[in-house]
Amino acid sequence: MRILLPAPGALALGMSFLLLTGCKPVVLAPAGDIAERQKDLLLAATGLMLIVIIPVMCLTLWFAWKYRAANKQAAYRPDWDHSAKFELAIWGLPLLIIICLGALTWVGTHLLDPYRPLDRLSATEEIAEDHQPLKVQVVALDWKWLFIYPEQDIAAVNELVVPTNREIEFSLTASSVMNAFYIPAMAGMIYAMPGMETKLHGVFNHEGEYQGLASHYSGAGFSGMRFKAHATDTAGFDDWVSRARAGQDELTRDEYLRLEAPSENVAPRIYAEVDPDLFARAVNLCVEDGKMCMAEMMDIDSKGGLGLEGTINIQSLTHDKHARRGARPVLGHQPVMVTSICTPEEAALMFADLGTTQPTSRADQTRLQSRALPVPDSLFDKLIAPTIRDASKTAGTADQKL
Amino acid sequence: MAVPANVETTFLLGRLTWDAIPKEPIVFATFIVVAIGGAAVLALLTKYRLWGYLWHEWFTSVDHKKIGIMYMILGLIMLVRGFADAVMMRIQQVWAFGGSEGYLNAHHYDQIFTAHGVIMIFFVAMPFVTGIMNYVVPLQIGARDVSFPFLNNFSFWMTTGGAIIVMASLFVGEFAQTGWLAFPPLSGLSYSPYVGVDYYIWGLQVAGVGTTLSGINLLVTILKMRAPGMTMMRMPIFTWTSFCTNILIVASFPVLTATLVLLTLDRYVGTNFFTNDLGGNPMMYINLIWIWGHPEVYILILPLFGVFSEVTSTFSGKRLFGYTSMVYATVCITVLSYLVWLHHFFTMGSGASVNSFFGITTMIISIPTGAKIFNWLFTMYQGRVRFELPMMWTIAFMLTFTIGGMTGVLLAVPPADFVLHNSLFLIAHFHNVIIGGVLFGSFAAINFWWPKAFGFKLNVFWGKISFWFWVVGFWVAFAPLYVLGLMGVTRRMRVFDDPDLQIWFIIAGFGAFLIACGIAAMFVQFGVSIWKRNENRDLTGDPWNGRTLEWATSSPPAPYNFAFTPVIHGLDAYADMKAAGAARGKGNFIPIHMPRYTEAGIILAGLATICGMALVWYIWWLAALSFIGLVGYAIHHSFDYDRDYHIPADEVRVTENARTRLLAQEA
Repeated sequence: MRILLPAPGALALGMSFLLLTGCKPVVLAPAGDIAERQKDLLLAATGLMLIVIIPVMCLTLWFAWKYRAANKQAAYRPDWDHSAKFELAIWGLPLLIIICLGALTWVGTHLLDPYRPLDRLSATEEIAEDHQPLKVQVVALDWKWLFIYPEQDIAAVNELVVPTNREIEFSLTASSVMNAFYIPAMAGMIYAMPGMETKLHGVFNHEGEYQGLASHYSGAGFSGMRFKAHATDTAGFDDWVSRARAGQDELTRDEYLRLEAPSENVAPRIYAEVDPDLFARAVNLCVEDGKMCMAEMMDIDSKGGLGLEGTINIQSLTHDKHARRGARPVLGHQPVMVTSICTPEEAALMFADLGTTQPTSRADQTRLQSRALPVPDSLFDKLIAPTIRDASKTAGTADQKL
Repeated sequence: MAVPANVETTFLLGRLTWDAIPKEPIVFATFIVVAIGGAAVLALLTKYRLWGYLWHEWFTSVDHKKIGIMYMILGLIMLVRGFADAVMMRIQQVWAFGGSEGYLNAHHYDQIFTAHGVIMIFFVAMPFVTGIMNYVVPLQIGARDVSFPFLNNFSFWMTTGGAIIVMASLFVGEFAQTGWLAFPPLSGLSYSPYVGVDYYIWGLQVAGVGTTLSGINLLVTILKMRAPGMTMMRMPIFTWTSFCTNILIVASFPVLTATLVLLTLDRYVGTNFFTNDLGGNPMMYINLIWIWGHPEVYILILPLFGVFSEVTSTFSGKRLFGYTSMVYATVCITVLSYLVWLHHFFTMGSGASVNSFFGITTMIISIPTGAKIFNWLFTMYQGRVRFELPMMWTIAFMLTFTIGGMTGVLLAVPPADFVLHNSLFLIAHFHNVIIGGVLFGSFAAINFWWPKAFGFKLNVFWGKISFWFWVVGFWVAFAPLYVLGLMGVTRRMRVFDDPDLQIWFIIAGFGAFLIACGIAAMFVQFGVSIWKRNENRDLTGDPWNGRTLEWATSSPPAPYNFAFTPVIHGLDAYADMKAAGAARGKGNFIPIHMPRYTEAGIILAGLATICGMALVWYIWWLAALSFIGLVGYAIHHSFDYDRDYHIPADEVRVTENARTRLLAQEA
């Protein structure tokens, strides 16, 4: 979306002041197209509001000065308390501005929805029909970030390497508490939540090393939960992938359970191989052996549950990922978990399904017409979607567009 | 502090052990200072034999005026505590650069920012708002007291009980390390197993009972106890905003209570409302808490909008411009405040249509709010503006709040929120509206109604010093946070690695120092004003040439407020009376029916506080005992039929004649 209004000069001035004083307002000077457009919208909205804000502030000072008690020359009408014209203006003017801003918001929110695949790589580069986004699965652990590259079959902790000018499709979840994933230079933040899967699409247009961070407080080690995002050219990325593959470490389910134990200020590390089901299991809270996955549990529940017989299917939650987890509520029973009842073959089938939940077609990129903009991922789309997608819905993704 | 996985409990003391006393030097030093200070205060009270006076005249009082003043004192005391937390955070963030861990460890720092938020909202802003409403509303509507005077006293002590529970966490155990809204799963038993979140829950539950009851009380008061002739559209604008605020309180605080009950069940009996496993849904908590939380910010700001309206109109010597549109704007905000909660978590991924809906409803609120600002502007227009302290705070508010409102609407644009959410820009925004609106408004109200409450004006010199330190300090402290937000710096960080950020934190820290001077100057202002009260004495009861009924009576008002219930013929009732030259009634006094003081409120609230503390520490016998005591005493109190008395006509005559003589002297 092109910016609808030019950013006012005052803002440009303020920005250059910030730049001069040696600060890096990364939000106002990002390195990726999504963040760039979010900034444009920010400035446009600011400009729109200044149309009212500046006159109000000037009038406040002017009236306060002009009608000061000492100024006996000024008019004084103690009983004047109504004017239809003024009332019309004071309700109408803000209303008009909010109508403009509301339109801008509606369009901008849909076009910059983090769930929506990109419609362009940058202001100058359209996206090719056959463009394949780079998939990155993100797990917020206590207190470090795990990045899984499912197509490259590698993983990295606290280090993100991505090619420039290629769409990146993040799928996010968390292992224990809520968090938010934020690379200010690339795109806005999105929550990473346990038992949920959220999405974020972004792109880097400039090479460089950028700050990535956890932006939702998540406990003691929260401040150290930072990472560097390296945006390189395609060759550099391929190079990094092959170096990563040459490594020794393998991210198995057991290794993941060790990794997710709380630790602070963790140095970056690389895994040369990753369990292909790992992310789906992390989302479904069933990385531990023998624990029923949420997708399975919700599928059973949606069919009416197992009745009383189902209640024997629990066992004590003894193999905890945290020493302190499984603390017994003082008036309650021991923490339990539901054990898995599907065979290994069924489980494999389920995860194969869960792995193919990505939309196959790109978003409708037609420009805004006289009719309302089609919602990128519509209800209709969902209803006719293959049953495989239903499986992902029951997996408890945070995809609440329904 | 090491937190054991499963704390051993004993029958007598629950999980309270010697280890629960924090050994960290900072906390320990604070404890010593508070203990010595507290002992000194108690000793002085004993030495000057003030206990009986305090108990009989204040603690057991059901007089809405005294309760209002006690709320303000509670707010001021807690302001000092909340501000101390703020200063500690500022120092930590200046310090923790270049590999330094600062001087606070995560366990301590995380408690501080949680306590700062909880205290400032629940125990500073809320008491200020409730105190002002309590003092002013019955006077403005020509009533003798609120509808349920005993309930009023009980509400105050429940709020104080909540504050005591939160303060106790400083010295026994720990406070929550979750952020001020205690989002699960972090606040669940799995990730916060020790007493911190329990302190949070029971502190808020005890105080919440007080807030809900006081909301019901004031709502009924405004509906049922207006003086004859005061129709809804003749109510003073402050009463209108209080009315809407109390509707919001009554409708939203039960949501908070219920949400916290669900969290309590998760923590105490192992239910799974908000857990990760077994079908729990933490996102539900976040929705519920904000369904309370967003109306809460309007609960805070609406009464102050009323204060600014009264102040602007009084000090411009003019009728309020657009009274009707002001009322409708207030009602609009009341309704709309329920339709915007999701803007606190656009980043949860609700989808574009849901996000835009809530973004746009949020923006719509800025229309009535903008209309209010314009109404104040046009009230000043063609007036005679006197720059007394309340008016200075109002002008500072208008300039500050418009900026805060603008950044608020920016955050309501979801794509912009994606880059600014949880950032220091957000922190700057809500301090911009809460300090610039709620605190500036409370200070305007204190300066405005102080002469009514005590019969003398506040010292102007120290008032101006406080004003300038506060206003300048506010901007120096929070403008850097806007900049830092645009630099991608997020909230609740304890250590930083980018050295370029440090200078901004230093500036913000200096701003906090200026605000500290402002707070100190305010206390000096109170002290000097009380000390030299005879210089600023006001005998008329109407020091500002006021327009509403509270200025018609003496300062301080007699316990019965008005010897004769006034009859209202229009808006600005007292201005009308003065214009018409209406004379005070001087004869035919009748006995006045008044509620009797009772110690039931403080006893019940004390039992509730003990019960809360016992539940925090798992001391079941004490919890059961105090709860049974609570219910039993409440039943016992309901059989107390000796609840009212009449002030004899002679006594009223003496009081009123004394005032007549004073007014004659003055003239």
